[in-house]
Amino acid sequence: MTSARNRELLALVPVAALLTAGFAAVFSQENEQLGNLSLIYGAYFLAICLAAHVYLRIRLPNADPYLFPLMATLTAFGLVMIYRIDETLARDQANWFVLGLILFALTIQFLRDYEVLERYRYTIAIAGLLLLLAPRVPGIGQQVNGAYLGVKIGPIAFQPAEFTKLAIIVFLASYLREHREVLIVGARRVLGVTLPPLKHFGPLLVVWGASMFMLVFIRDLGSSLMFFAAFLALLYVATGRFSFVVIGMAMFLLGAWFFASTVPHVHERVEIWLHPYNEPENAGYQILQSIFAQADGGLFGKGFGQALITVPGTDDALLPAAQTDTIYSLIVNEVGLFGAVGVVLVYTMIAARGFKIALLASDGFSKLLATGLTAVFAIQAFVIIGGVTRVIPLTGVTLPLVSYGGSSIVANFVLLALLLLISDRARREAAEPAGRMAAMGAPA
Amino acid sequence: MNRQIVQLFAFVLALFAVLIGFTSYWSVFDAEALKEQDANKRPLLEQQQIPRGRILAADGTLIAKSVAKGKGSSKRYVRRYPEGPLFGHPIGYSFVRYGDSEFEQFHNEELVGEGSEFSSIADELLGHAQEGNDIVTNIDTEAQRLAQSELEEAGYGAVVALDPETGAVEVMASNAPYDPNRVPYEYSKLANEGIETPLLNRATQGRYPPGSTFKVVTAAAGLDSGAITPETPIDAPGSLEVEGTPLENDFGKDFFGATLDTALTNSVNTWFGQLGQQLGNDTLFEYMDRFGFNAKPAIDLPEEEVLPSGVYDIENDELLHANDPVDLARVAIGQERLLATPLQMAQVAAAVANGGKLMKPQIWKRVIDPDGRTVDTMDPSVYSDAVSEETAAELTTAMEGVVNEGTGTNAAISGVAVAGKTGTAETPGNLACGGGAEENQAWFIGFAPADDPQTAIAVSIECTPEFGGDVAAPIFRDVAEAILNGE
Repeated sequence: MTSARNRELLALVPVAALLTAGFAAVFSQENEQLGNLSLIYGAYFLAICLAAHVYLRIRLPNADPYLFPLMATLTAFGLVMIYRIDETLARDQANWFVLGLILFALTIQFLRDYEVLERYRYTIAIAGLLLLLAPRVPGIGQQVNGAYLGVKIGPIAFQPAEFTKLAIIVFLASYLREHREVLIVGARRVLGVTLPPLKHFGPLLVVWGASMFMLVFIRDLGSSLMFFAAFLALLYVATGRFSFVVIGMAMFLLGAWFFASTVPHVHERVEIWLHPYNEPENAGYQILQSIFAQADGGLFGKGFGQALITVPGTDDALLPAAQTDTIYSLIVNEVGLFGAVGVVLVYTMIAARGFKIALLASDGFSKLLATGLTAVFAIQAFVIIGGVTRVIPLTGVTLPLVSYGGSSIVANFVLLALLLLISDRARREAAEPAGRMAAMGAPA
Repeated sequence: MNRQIVQLFAFVLALFAVLIGFTSYWSVFDAEALKEQDANKRPLLEQQQIPRGRILAADGTLIAKSVAKGKGSSKRYVRRYPEGPLFGHPIGYSFVRYGDSEFEQFHNEELVGEGSEFSSIADELLGHAQEGNDIVTNIDTEAQRLAQSELEEAGYGAVVALDPETGAVEVMASNAPYDPNRVPYEYSKLANEGIETPLLNRATQGRYPPGSTFKVVTAAAGLDSGAITPETPIDAPGSLEVEGTPLENDFGKDFFGATLDTALTNSVNTWFGQLGQQLGNDTLFEYMDRFGFNAKPAIDLPEEEVLPSGVYDIENDELLHANDPVDLARVAIGQERLLATPLQMAQVAAAVANGGKLMKPQIWKRVIDPDGRTVDTMDPSVYSDAVSEETAAELTTAMEGVVNEGTGTNAAISGVAVAGKTGTAETPGNLACGGGAEENQAWFIGFAPADDPQTAIAVSIECTPEFGGDVAAPIFRDVAEAILNGE
């Protein structure tokens, strides 16, 4: 399957060209003269991507050829946007990109037989949940905008929710693979509603409890929403019971409603979402400015480097958290509706490739793991883009691979590594003429 | 599980479609409305990065300019008004925090150089930074200065001078004044709702009972509709019972068999009251419309900063119409609930001066692009044919009598024929004046030279114990002289 890798190689060239052009556009805006710095940055980026590509060629020759270039596209786009906001932030981000690729390679190196994850699923789940609690531990925890999202140990700071995301998906995929049959068979109809068997549902209730707990204790509405949606998606794929999804959604909404009326932080987020114009200079400032920035962009945007992020002559933010939460609004502002549609299309293509891997995979764990990883990635994009476009309340999750943030970059490249591991095996098996899963009829 | 995976993908597609939908809504469909939001400072901040064009008086005096502050990406332009309070009205101000007003607001597009969408995209591709156009106004600096300083001595009020032939606004002064440079520092103080209200342009938003100056409109309606000729005698007793209340002449003087000249020269209330009643609601309102009443003057100022004149239902702040019950005899002499802005009364004088043709008042004269080319010039345009030339000539003769031998002798300029009309509306207990018992709204409207009018002027002073002929007519004279000397 070297043709797959050749396609990947071909796809990486336009990605590097995009990055070069993006930097050139930003430079031309900031300096009168256009140096060859953008070419140098483009060359660096291409070289790093090529290294990853060569590694894939050796290790996972059959893996999906488009996922890596698509994710590199988002990273490149994010780098340009962040550079445009602040040079030093872009340098951090570039370093994290390299670190992300190192962890990407290590994951592929040591998790070739990723079934091993199944064996440690409870360990992984508990480790993930403990990580979530870390931000509340005095001394290392950090509070951001009222939510406990960060951990800082010495010089290393990270956001555990990004890694917990992976742990929870691994646990759910494994748990559901084992129990999906009993969840389906053991279901009972009570008052016309199909209910899952209580005995096997316990661990799943724990997931619900964890989401609620995140709402209250960590106050992270965005991650809570993201986790729970991914959970419901996996539950549905595993059991095919839509009623489970409905029950789960009802439980989440009930819980969210209860906490929205009792926990001030959550309540405030919902109030701002519903009535942003009540306090346009305070609570509603971020979401309003996010929308105003989009209105300013229009169809084609103002061009790279042209949008206002701070009030000129001051350090007052005009678009608060432009490098993280509201980076999508900045994209709309600078490259317009067309550019934003392009970004959403890239996420759509990643989702398409991810679900394709799940379709191709032969065993239940691989299918569920690929589905879960793809779903959580897509849902995270939805939660933050939906937040800044006022579809849902604005919460502080990153726009995967585009937003500034090391944890996010690294975690998402580990996620990519897992997807490619599953893909490599599935495509290899599917390519074998007498492959076990040839009956599935999925094209190679 | 494959079916569910495909369904999940379809669901993700639906979610992303919602995102595209919302993004389209904010960035395109609702974008214009969002840019209008008060909370949205972006449009102003972006304008601040464009060197806004200068505003100049007719003689080239610099009224407003932009000065650069900061460097690089934090470079921005701040508005400066070198003459301070002199042109505060009608030019207004433009500051990021406090928005813009008056002329600055109305002519914003030209001042920031917003041309067609195409040219701005082309400029962007060529790397041209957007630059504003300069605007030359019709304002006569010396006359404006004189009007402002004399107003400040006389009391709160306004002076408006129009070129009758073109509608060019030569003077628009309003007292209390304000210095637009101070707006960023003392906005709340300037915007106060007390007696001073310096941010209020009294020329366009001060609504006052026009008193006897309105008799010009009544006379015009009488002559032009054919109800009277200059020779038609009307018996005007010293006192006349109208709607249960006596309408009285000054000193209760009788004018039996008086014609228009006598009636206007002596400002005979019962004469014009009877004429008004004879004309009827429809005719009088029709001529008011022709002179610009009952509509916002078509001047180049923001609509919300210009008020219409007419008979008001004071409680609801609404204009009354011809079919509403009004005391027509008192409307005819500028009382009842009739309120007029100084700009409106200047339009009355200008229409008579211009042979009955009312021109649209315009402050701007020329737009000059950054390369020094004149890209647009004001075209005088007719608002209405208020009265015939013959009527206008007859009115002029009567108004000359006012200045030569009547209540307006203080408006006389040696060697120049002046036509005009005084007005003194009693506004006892006017709360805006502090509730004094004998407060008047003093007026003078007129034009000069009467045989070849170059300027038509309205002067109005609030809350004064004096009469129009004593306090307003001298200001008219000085401002008119300044304008005539300047030409």
